[in-house]
Amino acid sequence: MAELNTGDGGGGKDKKVRSKKQNSKVDLTAMVDLAFLLITFFMLTTTLSKPKAMELGLPDKEDPNVKNQNIKVDENRTMTILLGDNNKLVRYVGLLATPVAGGAPKEFTYGKDGIRKELLDRKKSVLAYSTAKGKPKNGMIVIIKPSKKSNYRNLIDILDEMGIVEVPTYAIVNDFSPEETKLLEGK
Amino acid sequence: MAVKTSKKAASIDMTAMCDVAFLLLTFFILTATAKVPEALPVDMPASTVQSKLPESNLATLTIGKGKVFFDLKGKEVRVQTLEKMAEKYGVEFTDEDKKEFSLMEGFGVDIASLKSIIEMKSAERTKANQPGVPKDSLNNQLADWLRIARQANIDINDKELEIAIKGDAKEEYPSIRKVMDILQDQGVNSFSLVTGLRGKDF
Repeated sequence: MAELNTGDGGGGKDKKVRSKKQNSKVDLTAMVDLAFLLITFFMLTTTLSKPKAMELGLPDKEDPNVKNQNIKVDENRTMTILLGDNNKLVRYVGLLATPVAGGAPKEFTYGKDGIRKELLDRKKSVLAYSTAKGKPKNGMIVIIKPSKKSNYRNLIDILDEMGIVEVPTYAIVNDFSPEETKLLEGK
Repeated sequence: MAVKTSKKAASIDMTAMCDVAFLLLTFFILTATAKVPEALPVDMPASTVQSKLPESNLATLTIGKGKVFFDLKGKEVRVQTLEKMAEKYGVEFTDEDKKEFSLMEGFGVDIASLKSIIEMKSAERTKANQPGVPKDSLNNQLADWLRIARQANIDINDKELEIAIKGDAKEEYPSIRKVMDILQDQGVNSFSLVTGLRGKDF
């Protein structure tokens, strides 16, 4: 099969024939190695390079003429996350003027050691709070406020964080109060 | 003689293995879809979500450097969308243009200059420095493209068109928000954000 056709030119010198006979078989090991390497490469690139899709549902856009957004939400359950420029992230719990204990505006970093810990802690304490009130289904509410200077990566990161921490309710809100703008620029 | 036989047995016949390996290789090469050159290359942010982007029924809005590019999956949908858009804006396209349009990648120009982009070669299009689909309130072609594409997709595939936003990681939030607003104005409240993949221990 893999033998080379050495030709049966028996008429040549004895020495020549013998040397040809010795490498009449081609070593396919390297070729197989290469082939499997390429297979691995193609298998991985076909399945791994597909882009992922993060589902995002937004609430219906309300008519600016109709103002009926007086839904009362317990301030102890809400955390507001402000996204600023240069990957800045400030969060406060409750109302900005009167934050809940331990919820004064504070700067955090993205990722595992930053906002994730805080979100997990707060999620637990909100759950404890709601259970004490007899409504264990009322989980934490996170309000995400991306400022004009924040970038898309920040938004994706924080939305991803919501998915990891499994925050039951979160919303992207675009209105900034003057105090919040000051908070982001001040520190 | 005995020495000679032992020498022969030392090497295994790799032919069959080689055959199989190359057969598989050919299979994977052929099934791998060639990456279509993107009209607007963007650096996608990574996330830990696992769900994949759908392959059909999809319109992709690529946002980068303040520009928006529009891309649509499905040849028939593309042709019908182009026809309706041409009708609306009073631009003429030949049958060849339509065919070429159905095969090309995303674009980012005013519909008036779309014809010149269609006539370019694929390599030239990426260099053409397309300015993005107009999306301001006076000339909101992006909204029209979306509306007509959604209608065309319902006509042809009998399904609601899914919309994906593919933004550059460094893109500032207002330009993303602008696109989201256009979508929401049409009652599209649910869409996908295209991201890359990131490790679990992030």
